[in-house]
Amino acid sequence: MNYEIVCGLETHVELSTKTKIFCGCTTEFGGEQNTHCCPVCIGLPGTLPILNKQVVEFAVKAGLATHCEIAPISKMDRKNYCYPDLPKAYQISQFDMPLCKNGYVKLDNGRKIRINHIHIEEDAGKLVHQKGGTYVDYNRGGVPLIEIVSEPDIRSIEEAREYMEKLQSIMRYIGVSDCRMQEGSVRSDVNISLRPMGSEEYGTRTEIKNMNSYTFMERAMRYEIERQSDLLDSGKKVEQETLRYIVEEDRTESMRGKEDANDYRYFREPDLVTISVDKETVERLAAELPELPDAKMERYVSEIGLSETDAALLTKYRRIAEYFEAASDGVQNKKTVANCIIGQVFRRVETEAEKEAFAISIPPEYLRDLVLLLESGKIKNNLMKSTLEKMLDEGKPYTAFISESDMGGIDEETLKKLCSESIANSPNAVADYLGGKEKALKSLLGYVMKNSRGKADAKEAEACLKALIQENA
Amino acid sequence: MIKGTIKTINELLSTKQLSCVELTQQYLDAIARHNDTLNAYVKVTPELALSSAKKIDEKIAAGIPLGPLAGVPMTLKDNISTKGIETTCCSKMLENYVPIYDATVWELLQNQGAVLLGKTNMDEFAMGSTCETSYFGGAKNPHNTGCVAGGSSGGGASAVGGNLAAFALGSDTGGSIRQPASFCGVVGFKPTYGSVSRYGLIAFASSFDQIGPITTTVEDAAMVFDAISLKDAHDSTSQGCDPTVPYLGDSLKGRTVGVIKEYFEGIGDDINDAVHKAIQVYRSLGAEVKEFSMPEIHYGLPVYYILACAEASSNLGRYDGIRYGYKVPHYNDINEMICRTRSEGFGEEVKHRILLGTYVLSAGYYDAFYKKAQSVRGKIVASFEEIFRSCDFIVAPTVPMTAFESGHKQQSATENYLTDICTVPVNIAGLPAISVPCGFDKGGMPIGLQIIGQRFDEATVLNAAYQYEAMTRENAFKVVEMGVRP
Repeated sequence: MNYEIVCGLETHVELSTKTKIFCGCTTEFGGEQNTHCCPVCIGLPGTLPILNKQVVEFAVKAGLATHCEIAPISKMDRKNYCYPDLPKAYQISQFDMPLCKNGYVKLDNGRKIRINHIHIEEDAGKLVHQKGGTYVDYNRGGVPLIEIVSEPDIRSIEEAREYMEKLQSIMRYIGVSDCRMQEGSVRSDVNISLRPMGSEEYGTRTEIKNMNSYTFMERAMRYEIERQSDLLDSGKKVEQETLRYIVEEDRTESMRGKEDANDYRYFREPDLVTISVDKETVERLAAELPELPDAKMERYVSEIGLSETDAALLTKYRRIAEYFEAASDGVQNKKTVANCIIGQVFRRVETEAEKEAFAISIPPEYLRDLVLLLESGKIKNNLMKSTLEKMLDEGKPYTAFISESDMGGIDEETLKKLCSESIANSPNAVADYLGGKEKALKSLLGYVMKNSRGKADAKEAEACLKALIQENA
Repeated sequence: MIKGTIKTINELLSTKQLSCVELTQQYLDAIARHNDTLNAYVKVTPELALSSAKKIDEKIAAGIPLGPLAGVPMTLKDNISTKGIETTCCSKMLENYVPIYDATVWELLQNQGAVLLGKTNMDEFAMGSTCETSYFGGAKNPHNTGCVAGGSSGGGASAVGGNLAAFALGSDTGGSIRQPASFCGVVGFKPTYGSVSRYGLIAFASSFDQIGPITTTVEDAAMVFDAISLKDAHDSTSQGCDPTVPYLGDSLKGRTVGVIKEYFEGIGDDINDAVHKAIQVYRSLGAEVKEFSMPEIHYGLPVYYILACAEASSNLGRYDGIRYGYKVPHYNDINEMICRTRSEGFGEEVKHRILLGTYVLSAGYYDAFYKKAQSVRGKIVASFEEIFRSCDFIVAPTVPMTAFESGHKQQSATENYLTDICTVPVNIAGLPAISVPCGFDKGGMPIGLQIIGQRFDEATVLNAAYQYEAMTRENAFKVVEMGVRP
């Protein structure tokens, strides 16, 4: 049968505050085991949590950036469960009064993936298996997280990936998380069920825990969709259960069934007071938000006239967009700047990590000055391009490579002279051209450009060459 | 002036009649003589005490001005964290646990030069009303060593009542300061929830727990309270409180005393008489007496036991043998290790309450128990607020009975819990309340008068107690013939 995928994600994003959510310990990744700890984050008897204000502000920003309502009043709750990586035997989280609710993330196909809520909570420690024993490292314990819970609005593996990519991009843009997947600072639990195409009812869902790579998430989903549709096709039922994905074997495995589901015995955390976020704070935080990728992209398309593909490339990382905007400040045709970045600068930042960091050897002002020179008509496009390469190589402004005498065009007389020289020098090329090889003209043109030191206009030169050859033929 | 108070100690030290080292040594000697009988201390810290005393003497010699608590020998309940000194909660689970940080109250007292004599006995994890659930055996009553000291802060009340410390800090979750103070004939003050930082107090029930002083006089209680009250950056539920000592002695003329009739249901005759005599004292001081009814008091015990046990079940989840505390020596896997560690490390009463608390929070029972209890808690808070619209403070018995014999077997746990019936409503509402001695029963055991105030109105509570004490001290207070009486 043909099934529709119904999928919702619970995404944990680690916030990039300097200190932990309930104490002053650093959140820095790594470090010797159990050195980023204090009596509070290892839950020594008698210690009390103090809520880090910045965690609340970052979460509110995340909520605003995903179109959520911000709760003026919320609270923390205890989620009780016993595991060695949880030193208090409860996680301080939010249960029924989350900080943000009812938001959405818009996909490129126009569909909105609704966000049920975003809440704040503390991360647990980590079990380390070594020397034949199991040890606990509490460095991660108490690192602030937000959990972004989507509605089951996702309908394909591609949408799941895009939703996660968008979240990641938004969180990085607004500076609340660096979203490094390999460090586990973003991870999703994927809830997935199938239903016959056209059906309105939900099927029984399973939950795949802790996906922290796009590839594995896609593979796990593919496996799970196939597994569920096989079950349904053969008239069997899907059991509601929690699964883990086994990378080596590319399959999911049951961690626990519905009947073993934890009873977390949530209740209000009595050690913390009510969280109130007033209107002024929300307004201040909203004002601090940068223009978000979606809005930027729309503006680049409608105002600058970029193609959607180019706009997407320039808005994917905040640093690139900032570079582009600085470099096109005061430029008439901003498309030129976009082309320079996408066509030339991008060749020097190949990996995603390099693109994200966007450490370019020249400041955006250098690029802007070069483009302004083009717009003033003092140099031609090809000189601009070759100069930009030199600038990128050496990290210097155009003035290091172009002198006054290189600027300006050449007169018609000189152009005609150079074209005639070119024709006279390469009779073979002329013959080829006449023989129908359009390409042969390029080598003739090359001579003109070179000997005019790039000042000739390529189009004019080409027209001139063609005319002269016709005359002589 | 009554002997053995903070004030007399201040005078002795400042007039150099006695050095702080001498004074401290007297207390240490008294502890050595009487602690076997009273079992008030579970840990004595003579070296620390003498070295702190020496520092005070040096300061006195150098003429450095000192605060009222400087050089005063005192003790802390064994659930208040002391860096480098065992803090056991009188449980096998924490028998060898040594904190690596100081509770805020202890830090404040250290800064003011208080001299720590040791840590005092308590019911295990503060769960009990007799001090007999202590892993180290119960503390005894200085008025009759065959009787219990009360609980859970039994060791502190016994130490102060037996003149083995000038004052003690206890903690009060459902009456744990006031009830043993009443039993041992001393003053016990439970401040408003939030007046004193809980940082470093090993939690029993976080929304009820509050640290407070056990002293021989109301003035001492006010002085100690003023010294430890603080809005603490380590405790977001703390708010601090204005100093109270300046209000002691304010006239009660024209003030209104509230009497809630439900507090007098089922209390002993001697106690009923003593408390009604106290009400007469307030009349004689020019206060008006107004009677109220608060039927919700009947729900006090179930509400308290449901909510306090729920919080306890969560608070005590951390004792798993992994990081600190008791751990079974042999086990096959982690589940067995945690299971057996908890089974062997906790006493019966603690396990009882963890089970009860886990149950009332569990899916399917949560609404019927936890949620309902929370809503009744709200009603009790509202009823007190309503009553305080037309009175300034409330007087009531502290306990419906006086101290009973040690080892007395209760018919059931709930019978035992009845000793808390007059004290828990205050914790449910987070109010300040004090117990002051108000006479003796026919058997010569002390009776306590409870005075309850509005949130953060400790000044009124302490002043009302102070005024009563001034009128009755001669008859209501008996010096026990043991320990130090400088």
